[in-house]
Amino acid sequence: MPTKTKTLTASHAAQGAASLSNEEVLRYSRHLIMPEVGMDGQLKLKQAKVMCIGTGGLGAPLGLYLAAAGVGRIGLIDFDAVDFTNLQRQVLFGTSDVGRPKITAAADRLRNLNPEIQIDTFEAHLTSENALDILKDYDIIVDGTDNFPTRYLVNDACVLLGKPNVYGSIFRFEGQVTVFGYPGGPCYRCLYPEPPPPGLVPSCAEGGVLGVLPGIVGTIQACETLKLIIGKGEPLVGRLLLFDALGMKFRELKLRKNPECPVCGEHRTITKLIDYAEFCGIRGEEAPITVTDIPEMTPRELKERLDRGDDLFVLDVREPHEYQICNLNGHLIPLGELSRRVHELDSSREIVAHCRSGKRSADAVDFLRKAGFRKIWNLKGGILAWSDEVDPTVPKY
Amino acid sequence: MAVKVIIPTPLRAYAGKQESVDVQAATVGEALLGLTSRFGDLKRHLFTEEGKLRSFVNVYVNDEDIRYLQKDQTQVREGDTISIVPSIAGGAS
Repeated sequence: MPTKTKTLTASHAAQGAASLSNEEVLRYSRHLIMPEVGMDGQLKLKQAKVMCIGTGGLGAPLGLYLAAAGVGRIGLIDFDAVDFTNLQRQVLFGTSDVGRPKITAAADRLRNLNPEIQIDTFEAHLTSENALDILKDYDIIVDGTDNFPTRYLVNDACVLLGKPNVYGSIFRFEGQVTVFGYPGGPCYRCLYPEPPPPGLVPSCAEGGVLGVLPGIVGTIQACETLKLIIGKGEPLVGRLLLFDALGMKFRELKLRKNPECPVCGEHRTITKLIDYAEFCGIRGEEAPITVTDIPEMTPRELKERLDRGDDLFVLDVREPHEYQICNLNGHLIPLGELSRRVHELDSSREIVAHCRSGKRSADAVDFLRKAGFRKIWNLKGGILAWSDEVDPTVPKY
Repeated sequence: MAVKVIIPTPLRAYAGKQESVDVQAATVGEALLGLTSRFGDLKRHLFTEEGKLRSFVNVYVNDEDIRYLQKDQTQVREGDTISIVPSIAGGAS
């Protein structure tokens, strides 16, 4: 095992007296023997400070590859605890980590991978109050979050601080990657000035995600980050990389800096961080899609009525593949087909609509009431609640 | 002109589950009209009540954003690809 007594300094270290120990030279030898990285590049990596926002699907490969590459200081921010359903894709964690704060489990894993680097942990929400303070000490920010308010917050903070924002996002089996906030390049608001109203674009919990997808996209984010640090190759500035895992196709679209962008344009109107929850909840020309006054029935009530022999029609608005996981013997009409197949329903009968958690079925009930159905209820909490409250043998998913 | 419109994943459910749809059109506006007249459910996801393209949906002809071309008046040529790119946010959970 090489000792730390001898050190090797580059003939022209970029900043100050940075050097690599013999142990580091051996650890990073596969970088050092490449002219594209070499000693200069490895020293840049050692001196780099990267903040990874989110330690989930995207954060997992990101953290792993940045740590492996020897990024000298890695910040991690996440407030969540490891959940059992995370393990399908969040490969930083093991089964024994379930229940632990993600930030602690992540830091442990990364320090084990590379004890040479510094890991800063922030078990917190990133907010308008703390974002500038937390992010200012890092050179590059990598966005691995999962909601629109935070994406806008990170974007605006990066523009205000003048930091590049390596952006990645996913949906089911598609991903997007680009570098925002680079000098002269566009920012997130140049691409999407306004967010969709809440409820219109499903999250991973609602839409599902191919587990390996954030692995691919997060690794691409890591790659872009390393390129920015060592200053080699062509970063995705002004380029939106679109990835389709099912077709295994990569496409690229041109992203332009919007001269009228409110945060990075010539006549910017946003000069400080705003209330992003409000921005994403109320802004945009559309009002948020909220469903109110939906008549509900609890799983227990449904069970009682079915046991009594009441003539209830159970309508299942999930997808066929969900029906195969578990079902209540309901009549299956996926929500997307309801408007075309409403003739299959008898409005003179009492109908209870259900889905997985009660959201899609609430939409279904809303639609059917507007179509004139009067004897219709939403199963509160969906089949998940049925499993919790009535029949635990029904698997939750 | 025969052009291909690529349907992004979040909207495929409203386009008969297809990844792309071929339409005949001279401009982007015509192509989207052709698309939404064939798939009615797609209309409210792409357009507001007033018929404007929704702000979180971007449209490209080949690799250029139509906002920097002639918007829905952008002419299309035979074999062009129109991409609909909505904003997505998934990443951590």
